Amino acid sequence: MRTAALRRLWPLAALLLLILAIALAASLAPVVIQRRVVEVFILLIAVVALYVFAGNSGVLSFGNVSFMAVGAYVSALLTMKPTAKAVFLPGLPTFLKAAEWPTVAAALAGGAVAAAFGLVVGVPLMRLSGIAASIATFAVLSITYVVLGNWTSVTGGQNSLFGLPIYADLWAVLPWALVTVAAAFLYQETRSGLMLRASREDEIAAEASGIDVHRQRLYAFVLSAFFSGIAGVLYGHFLGVLRVESFYLDMTFLVVAMLVIGGMRSLLGAVLGALVLSLITELLRQLESGVALGGITVAAPAGLGDAVLALAMLLIILFRPQGIAAGRELAWPFGRGARPIASDKASGGEIR
Amino acid sequence: MNAFAQYAVDTVSVGGLYALTALGIGLIFGVMRLINFAHGELITAVGYGLLLLSGAALPVAMAGSLAIAVLLALAMERVAFRPLRGADPETLLIASFAVSFFLQKTLALTVGARAKGIDFLPRLGEPITILGLRLQTLQLVTILTSAVLLAALSWFLARTRWGLEMRAAAENFQMARLLGVRANRVIAVAFALSGVLAAAVAFLFVAQSGTLTPRMSLELVVIAFVGTAIGGLGSLVGAAVGGFLVGAASVILQTVLPPDLRAFREAFAFALVILVLLVRPQGLFPARGLKERV
Repeated sequence: MRTAALRRLWPLAALLLLILAIALAASLAPVVIQRRVVEVFILLIAVVALYVFAGNSGVLSFGNVSFMAVGAYVSALLTMKPTAKAVFLPGLPTFLKAAEWPTVAAALAGGAVAAAFGLVVGVPLMRLSGIAASIATFAVLSITYVVLGNWTSVTGGQNSLFGLPIYADLWAVLPWALVTVAAAFLYQETRSGLMLRASREDEIAAEASGIDVHRQRLYAFVLSAFFSGIAGVLYGHFLGVLRVESFYLDMTFLVVAMLVIGGMRSLLGAVLGALVLSLITELLRQLESGVALGGITVAAPAGLGDAVLALAMLLIILFRPQGIAAGRELAWPFGRGARPIASDKASGGEIR
Repeated sequence: MNAFAQYAVDTVSVGGLYALTALGIGLIFGVMRLINFAHGELITAVGYGLLLLSGAALPVAMAGSLAIAVLLALAMERVAFRPLRGADPETLLIASFAVSFFLQKTLALTVGARAKGIDFLPRLGEPITILGLRLQTLQLVTILTSAVLLAALSWFLARTRWGLEMRAAAENFQMARLLGVRANRVIAVAFALSGVLAAAVAFLFVAQSGTLTPRMSLELVVIAFVGTAIGGLGSLVGAAVGGFLVGAASVILQTVLPPDLRAFREAFAFALVILVLLVRPQGLFPARGLKERV
């Protein structure tokens, strides 16, 4: 009986162990590499957060990066030193001017405000399906970008916002990465998660079976917004500088590409997508800065990484539309009767 | 009265540019349910084509860059979108995102991401006075070009065999194929046409802005995308009207909004999209045959 429970939780346990192992290896590595790993973990949180909604519902959201932006700015405003705020944001409302919250509380607040934003836009938007839903989430992204970019008294507008406390090191980000992956897995195993996955396979059949698709999508959207917000918070406190530009199309493309390449239909896919693509971009980055080959340094042109990323995504869509993981979770490796837990009998040949 | 006429000219010239871009996107969506985000890269390619051919005579440069756009559109279809034919719209949208980013980043890699100046048709910037209105020649040219192209496209779709096939394919692709419409040809013609439209937009846009960057057409495409969504995906009338509406909305918002809200006008345009999608998910001019039957 104990093995049955273990077996059921194995896909999660394996992913958590993988992340822990990477963190432990990174803690022994030089600081430069540690910083890269922190960045990867933040992206991992963003990709898994997107997966919670898009993977389970089958509706792609282009709007999650706007939740990252909201989380990042909320936490920035709550944690920056009042003196710094007086310099950079003289027009700030008084209650924000004086605020100097502990980092964890501010992070939770960032996630909560992002989730609330998700709820507000989700109530009307989740009624839409398919391509209309994707366009509407894209509209949310653009609205957030325009508003944050011009709301100068609160966000600094087009200027960069400096002076965020830089606390997002390996040990600050690791717990959030573990919590996000665990929450994503536990959610997809709940009744609500299963109902949403049923609607992904066939929306009309799910509705006919009494599933309130609108409501289930909304739950997932809000949860997804919360963790996207957390990813944004950590990103801000990793860089120490916020620019509205960082939360627009490039970031959206990166996160969506990671999810699509890894495989949108399983948590394993989301995690693998983030890790594998980060590894590839890191290798290309090394190439760009130059590799010594027999005395001569050969450097690839700057920006090669982005082009390769786009090409990889196109190739995956063309030749392996289900992504690397192809909708599977990790199977129990010991003994017979091993089977994937998350009911992922992928029906179609396409990503949705 | 005079001010009103001035606004009307602004609206029609801005709207015309958006309508042409929206039509390029709408044509492709009609025949293969693909929202082609990479349409912007066709426009960018024409811009850089003009720069490349700036030594040649003007008609040669224009014809050359038009050819670049058409060939690029056809290549895009052949390499990236043909294997995905029949995939659902979201997959196609993601694929077009990938194509768009790939072309954009490759361009940035080869010519550099920095802006380049280009002096294309400088005489269009000169003001002229008609009936007491001071107008830019470019505005008039934009309006004329849009009108001519819209008329030509309507004629093509209504009166020619290929146009008929395209409308049939937009309505019901499967049935059109059963009745002898060649899928490959009708889609290739649509892509070639979208290349022509992209070239026209690029000529007007480059003459107006005078600068080139790898991302120059992003804003244009995003706005045209809004227009297509408002007008009704898959409907060509919808795309044209939607494009005009967005142009009109941005000129009107620019004038009626108080100055400190003007920067937010794009946010209002996108809020409009959400509103339209909620009230009429198929757009203002819904295309026939889009809703899935059960």
